[in-house]
Amino acid sequence: MSAPLVLGIETSCDETGVGIVRGRELLANVISSSMEEHARYGGVVPEVAARAHLEAIEPALRQALETAGIGFGDLDALAVTAGPGLAGALMVGVGAAKGLATATGLPLYGVNHLVGHVGADLLRPPGEEPSPPLDEPTIALLVSGGHTSLLLVRDLVTDVELLGETIDDAAGEAFDKVARILGLPYPGGPEIDRAAVGGDPAAIRFPRGLTQQKDLDRHRYDFSFSGLKTAVARWVERARDEGRPVPVADVAAGFREAVAEVLLTKAVAACVDSGVPRLLLGGGVVANARVRALAEERCAAAGIALRVPPLSLCTDNGAMIAAVGAGLVTAGRPPSGLSFGADSTLPVTDVAVR
Amino acid sequence: MLLAIDSSAGTSVAVVDRAYGVLAEASVDDNMRHAEVVGELIEAVLRESGAVVSALAAVAVGVGPGPFTGLRVGMAAARTFALAAGIPLLGVVSHDAIALGAYGGEGWGELLVTTDARRRELYWSRYEGLDSLGLPRRAAGPALARPDEIPSAPRRIDATAVSAASLGLLAERVRASGRAAEPIEPLYLRSPDVTLAVPKRVTS
Ligand SMILES: [Zn+2]
Repeated sequence: MSAPLVLGIETSCDETGVGIVRGRELLANVISSSMEEHARYGGVVPEVAARAHLEAIEPALRQALETAGIGFGDLDALAVTAGPGLAGALMVGVGAAKGLATATGLPLYGVNHLVGHVGADLLRPPGEEPSPPLDEPTIALLVSGGHTSLLLVRDLVTDVELLGETIDDAAGEAFDKVARILGLPYPGGPEIDRAAVGGDPAAIRFPRGLTQQKDLDRHRYDFSFSGLKTAVARWVERARDEGRPVPVADVAAGFREAVAEVLLTKAVAACVDSGVPRLLLGGGVVANARVRALAEERCAAAGIALRVPPLSLCTDNGAMIAAVGAGLVTAGRPPSGLSFGADSTLPVTDVAVR
Repeated sequence: MLLAIDSSAGTSVAVVDRAYGVLAEASVDDNMRHAEVVGELIEAVLRESGAVVSALAAVAVGVGPGPFTGLRVGMAAARTFALAAGIPLLGVVSHDAIALGAYGGEGWGELLVTTDARRRELYWSRYEGLDSLGLPRRAAGPALARPDEIPSAPRRIDATAVSAASLGLLAERVRASGRAAEPIEPLYLRSPDVTLAVPKRVTS
């Protein structure tokens, strides 16, 4: 059998994504973002995101088919993000996928969003060299505005284990909140990155959440960014109260350093502890220059092979969902049927829903 | 023959035909499980009616008003079904389908239709009988109001469900009349519930 042609739909947060893959070959990756509509609120507003998904889904589908140069009749299967994510947003994608499945009779797979981020690494944009197969097992660090998770992936379609996750804010959320404290616009990630240029990351030492021995016993691979955000707010408020100018570059650099260090310290520890010398990064925070640089540095020092998919596949997209769908088809896994719903807290162990 | 979908209250799906009437209808009243049931309901009415997708002339969809999360599920499914089947999508105000069902074949007189909008509010529309094409004549609404603000009418229906069969029959009449269908935009009648974030001090 030739590689399956799969269309994937992603609507778990603020990006409406439709992707088409043939096995591991990326044919289309259309993303329509409602980010600008959320900017004035300083974060993703679920109802605004869900409304935007309904508006964007049909144009995104049309454009993806056109880009891939195929029709619905050419497809072998459909895949859609079933969770985790924002419930109302997920439901638009699930409803859309079921409309397609019933009109076409194609098998439908309800896919785990986080596993999708791992699946993204299998793909390469058109014109680029195909990536080598995903070496399994691998540790995966997925960081975005919606999640911060550390996974042990033994097999992409059958065996994914959650090692740890954030116990409060996602890392990307912390970037947004600290940007707001510093008077910078949303989304915070690129703003903090820009503001940190020329800053001294060691000038202010902000706390590293869940890295002390007493926390490590219970939360070895978990993350916490809420305390860090509060520490930044406190520091900035004190400076303002005392009438001192806020050294924005130093604050941004110090904050970013604290986030990057916790992320990579824990990810490398997971690699070492599990004897898995491979680390895969995913999620929008991968765009952060310091996170990427520190990942390269730490992995090189520890003899860990680092893989970072292209940015267009790191942020939420439908192609990564299609990639997992194609993996499920190739592995001969049965489709999810038509009765599944959106599961905002779908555990990562459920690669596909039943 | 067309496929009709409404998820403005529960989820209702039907296959109807202008000449033969309602060929199949299936509904789930649960107003929390739209995403779970919409696919199976579509599959069920296609099977029961014996309709093949290529024989469908259009998809009719209820555009609300209705609670947003559920309303979007049916609208998303209807949009993509029509896209994949390569057939037009027709919007129908969900209250109009309720009114058609209430009037029956030869309705007349004033009628008020309400549905639950949650948060102690109702969606309402006021009708003045059926027109010469057999389509409910909506004189006011749909609108959103507190129960004590809703106009009175000699006859009032507080509906908890919308029949996709009524919706489909209505769409068939609109289609046959050559009149333009309603725009396929969800009738939320409420802005997204958001407050602008104001940075708060963490130190006192
Ligand atoms: Zn994501």
